[in-house]
Amino acid sequence: MALISPRTIDLKTGHAQLALQKHIAGCARAIRRVIWHMRLRDYVIRRLLLAIPVVIGVLAITFVLAYVMGDPVGIYTQERTSPEAVEAIRRAHGLDRPLYEQFFFYLRDLASGDWGYSVSARLPVTQVIATRLPATIELSLFAIVFAIALGIPLGILSATKKDRWPDHVTRVVALAGVSMPIFWFALMLKYVFFFQFYMAGLPALPEGGRYTFTVLPYTPITGFLLIDSIITLNPVLFMDGLVHLILPGFALGYLTLAIITRMMRSSMLEVLKEDYITLARSKGLRERVVIYRHALRNAMIPTVTVIGLAFGGLMSGAVLTETIFSWPGLGRWSTRAILNSDIPSINAFTLLVAFIFVGANLVVDLVYGALDPRIRYG
Amino acid sequence: MVASQDDTSIETTNDIRLDSDTLLLVRGLKTNFYTYEGVVKALDNVQFELKRGDTLAIVGETGCGKSVTAKSILRLVDSPGRIEEGQILFQDVNEEGENVIIDLLQSTEDEMRKIRGNKIAIVFQDPATYPNPVFRIGDQIAEVIALHQDLSRDVLEMKIARLEDALRTNPDAENVEEITTRIEEYKSQLDSPPPPTDKEKKEAAKKRTVETLKLVRMPSAEQTINQYPHELSGGMRQRALIAMALSCNPRILIADEATTALDVTVQAQVLKLLNVLKTELDASIIIITHDLGVVAETCTRVAVMYAGVVVEYTNTDELFSDPIHPYTSGLLRAIPKITEKVEHLLQITGTVPNLIHPPSGCRFHPRCEFATEICAQQRPPREEIKPAHWIECHHPQGSMKGRKR
Repeated sequence: MALISPRTIDLKTGHAQLALQKHIAGCARAIRRVIWHMRLRDYVIRRLLLAIPVVIGVLAITFVLAYVMGDPVGIYTQERTSPEAVEAIRRAHGLDRPLYEQFFFYLRDLASGDWGYSVSARLPVTQVIATRLPATIELSLFAIVFAIALGIPLGILSATKKDRWPDHVTRVVALAGVSMPIFWFALMLKYVFFFQFYMAGLPALPEGGRYTFTVLPYTPITGFLLIDSIITLNPVLFMDGLVHLILPGFALGYLTLAIITRMMRSSMLEVLKEDYITLARSKGLRERVVIYRHALRNAMIPTVTVIGLAFGGLMSGAVLTETIFSWPGLGRWSTRAILNSDIPSINAFTLLVAFIFVGANLVVDLVYGALDPRIRYG
Repeated sequence: MVASQDDTSIETTNDIRLDSDTLLLVRGLKTNFYTYEGVVKALDNVQFELKRGDTLAIVGETGCGKSVTAKSILRLVDSPGRIEEGQILFQDVNEEGENVIIDLLQSTEDEMRKIRGNKIAIVFQDPATYPNPVFRIGDQIAEVIALHQDLSRDVLEMKIARLEDALRTNPDAENVEEITTRIEEYKSQLDSPPPPTDKEKKEAAKKRTVETLKLVRMPSAEQTINQYPHELSGGMRQRALIAMALSCNPRILIADEATTALDVTVQAQVLKLLNVLKTELDASIIIITHDLGVVAETCTRVAVMYAGVVVEYTNTDELFSDPIHPYTSGLLRAIPKITEKVEHLLQITGTVPNLIHPPSGCRFHPRCEFATEICAQQRPPREEIKPAHWIECHHPQGSMKGRKR
């Protein structure tokens, strides 16, 4: 009886608080939500399945890479190692087995977390990654956020004020970003904001490192300094980490900023010529609404592609920045590994970069789906 | 006297008197496009008027300036185009019910925005490219409604209806008295409704969107509002675009080749719909087309355009029975008759001129069989050759053939 007898009428919604009615409406809402999520989930699953062949391909290539760079036994031997000893090592590491068997061993080892020993870091590869990957991700994320936060508004400004002074200024900024070699730009940043500021008695920015390790204690939990400092409620460390990110993040992100700006400008100009913009104007909408509601979402689609690719590029391309700013990330370690023919490290680095590219592309695809309904249901 | 000096200077908008049934008067309109190749003189001294309740057709070949005329009326000509001179007088009714005349070319951008989509709305040519692909159809229509319409009364009526509905279905609810007093309170506010919140406004706009879609005979309007443009067929999309234009009850609806992209059956439906809606909403329509069949079936007046000039302007019956400009008669001759077998389709020789260097004098003279020297030297004046029949020609044909100037 409680289910069907009416109680009170809600003044705001006008819904009679009928338990049964409410229940049915709630169910319908839930079902609709589930359907929507199923559509989204299907889309995500499709994208994930498509990533599998890519990952397998990358694994095969990194595996073969070890052989391309010479006899893998070479790392463990010296000139005076006897041929018998060489053979023993070869057998011990399974290097005398057929190639396909070795590939499966390789996959098994990767899956079980045994990524080999990094000679150049004198640590197991997984441990090196655990400490260095967060540092690189933190730097890259900072750089990409900086590049997006500045690049997209600059691109829009440039497109809407085409051939007027904001466009010319933006063009010079972007051109500088593309043409300056990153090592030169990074050194100049250090020279001005660290050295000259310091000499002039101004608050100088730190010249390198992730934090002031001489003063502040830091024990990694997740490895992400900013996150760890929040977890441990340490605002001093957080600010210190942030200040240390500014120069390397700016140096690393400037090129991406330039690319995003130009991409945003050209796609915005393209979209502003579209018929639906004329329609939006014919409705009597303000120019600001036309640009930010009707044009921006369409113009974001090509820009998102560039951002995804750029993020992968940042992760692998941070070598110079990390070297100049003594940033304890993947870049410096991988350079050393390459110079020392440290194959497990090189393989691990290649794999990581590949995963990051796959992941970035996946995110790009999802953002596509969010931006454009034709892709979502396509 | 100071006043007499003013009279001799350019007349301001306030001085102009329009017939009370004239809705729109376009006079001396000139629009140029500044391209790298040179200045395209797209419109030169275009003149026509639209009466209340009329359906005016603007006909002509591709590239003769029909669409530019439509966009000029709403001042939507994009760079590198520019409206150089002319007057576009729009007779509007203000809040006190008085007629006011606005020169659209003298209005500020803010004033124009209040007219676009509200007083004068336009339906564009291509239903495939004009709706924004990333927004739901309903949101795109509701956007115009929320922008131009005062929805406070709608919101209040919606609240009352909802409460009354609830009462009807639950007559034995515990708080009936409270609800009745609330309804009374809302009803007393109907004359000066309180400003609605954004959420209520959105809801009311959505309701009106459904109503507008039903008005354009959109099947299952409630579902359509949640669909994206790519999920609809061309005809449905065109209907949605028409709904978008009609949603604020415009005084003038401009249909810029609104049926060209549709197949013939759908085209007939849409045209019929436009005519029905015209009477339902008491709007006037400008139909831009190159299809004389459409003109004959739906329009009361016609302006024939050639190379950026209105060469003939009269009512439809007159145009078809007594075409006076050689271009018009050529166009009409080019329509094959269903009763006769033809080997070759008749055509007007030559092509539309390049408007960067338009022909001197009458722009039609290089293709005109009656052209003489004067046609190349002097642009013919616009004259009312018969009652309510204007042409621009030195050598009128039809019933006025051989007439000496």
